[in-house]
Amino acid sequence: MEEKRFTDKVVLVTGTTSGIGRTTAAAFAREGARVVTAARREKLGESLVEEITEAGGDACFIKTDIRNPDDVDSLFNQIFERYDRLDIAFNNGGVSHPHIPTVAKTTVEEWDEVIETNARGTWLCMKHEINRMLKQGGGIIVNTSSILGFTADYGLSHYCASKHAILALTRTAALEYAPKNIRINAVCPGPIQTEILERAAKYIPNMYDMVIANTAMKRIGDTDEISGIVLWLCSDEASYMIGKEISVDGGQSI
Amino acid sequence: MNARRFDDKVVLVTGGNSGIGRATAIAFAAEGASVVIAARRENLGADVVDEITGRDGKAEFIRTDVTEPGQVEALFAAIGERYGRLNHAFNNAGTGVPLRRLANTTMEEWTAVMNTNLRGTWLCMKYEIPMIRKEGGGSIVNNSSVMGLRCNDGLSLYSASKHAILGLTRAAALEVAHRKVRVNAVCPGFVDTDMARKIFDHNPAAKDAILASVPLGRLAKPEEIAGAVLMLCSDAATFMTGKEIVIAGGQGIRP
Repeated sequence: MEEKRFTDKVVLVTGTTSGIGRTTAAAFAREGARVVTAARREKLGESLVEEITEAGGDACFIKTDIRNPDDVDSLFNQIFERYDRLDIAFNNGGVSHPHIPTVAKTTVEEWDEVIETNARGTWLCMKHEINRMLKQGGGIIVNTSSILGFTADYGLSHYCASKHAILALTRTAALEYAPKNIRINAVCPGPIQTEILERAAKYIPNMYDMVIANTAMKRIGDTDEISGIVLWLCSDEASYMIGKEISVDGGQSI
Repeated sequence: MNARRFDDKVVLVTGGNSGIGRATAIAFAAEGASVVIAARRENLGADVVDEITGRDGKAEFIRTDVTEPGQVEALFAAIGERYGRLNHAFNNAGTGVPLRRLANTTMEEWTAVMNTNLRGTWLCMKYEIPMIRKEGGGSIVNNSSVMGLRCNDGLSLYSASKHAILGLTRAAALEVAHRKVRVNAVCPGFVDTDMARKIFDHNPAAKDAILASVPLGRLAKPEEIAGAVLMLCSDAATFMTGKEIVIAGGQGIRP
């Protein structure tokens, strides 16, 4: 018996062409949500919508680069035109650089790409989401931070900075909008089998072995081990939880 | 439509006769678990069992004072005898103390708080881990607190005990992860329970001060903690260990 906790809810998921975003969008759809998926790569975005629709779910794809403010404007205009509301948003779109440049070797282009996508993109989406949720009397937002949102690792200064920033945005906005019935939290994944990890493995010899040795559970997590947590945060069971993160990392950051 | 995530599971809830423990015991039973409620006060324990069995749930009360090692041993012997196994445990038994600054706290208060909150949690974990391992894995959830991460004027001993529970949670999680035993904690903020009411009775001004510090502007209902405990024991949390979920209505975000 599958529970349907999100029947008819309008849910936005960004970064849905792969990994955690893709799995989470499908999970929301299975539980009855009308899912708006937003990402850059059109083919992969459309293929997810097909998968969801074939399974009897409701989804659409809106090609969006969250680095581009006009794209983000257009994304929300289309959502409001089509559904006239937004109940839940999962701000998950994010990038990293697999070749792990140290602080001194990071270029301005690399810095801008990571910060503008992960931190500014999340902020910009939140801004649109919150304004809409204020009008309709409430809503729920979950942001994808990372265990690198409260720890650090070699060659990941821009990624760490962006993920730390996402936790700060999460906490500040949670405080600001608690009285307005908007609940905002974050999820902090550890090593999850995603494209970001696969790409990094090409640059770092023995990466999988090192990461696995470093987790208490001695394995990499699956994307559905994050989506379950995101859906829970968006459910009524989490009604007293705001401004916090749930770390899901197989015990890596203990 | 209620999912039943815990059919055929044997679940222990200590301090399951009131507050968060009671709500969690009821929630586990509603999803099919056989719930063992271990606590001190028999009449309250019987009430919870009646409430659960009245809704066709499965529960029994085993009178246990977690400060008494002999009683803890007997509790797990009884679980082994009656059910032959243990799948999940919520170590929740805990006690508060009147607000008192450190220099004025007494040895009696130290002993009461530490023996219940900390030693009781450790002792239960000691028995739970081998039993849950034998089943090929399961989940332990400890009840820490926002005071496991922060402190407050007049709550030194309580905070020390709740900080220590997070230490135990993290250390045990590392040790047993490869046995598929997951160990996590919940950190509730101020919850509408007997413990909170006692604090407010001693110090009525405290309630307003506390509510002013909670961005959501209200106390939590015990059910709002129970939901997190069940999630941590469910398949949604299979990659999560050694961590805490803070459910505090935004309390503790600001410095």
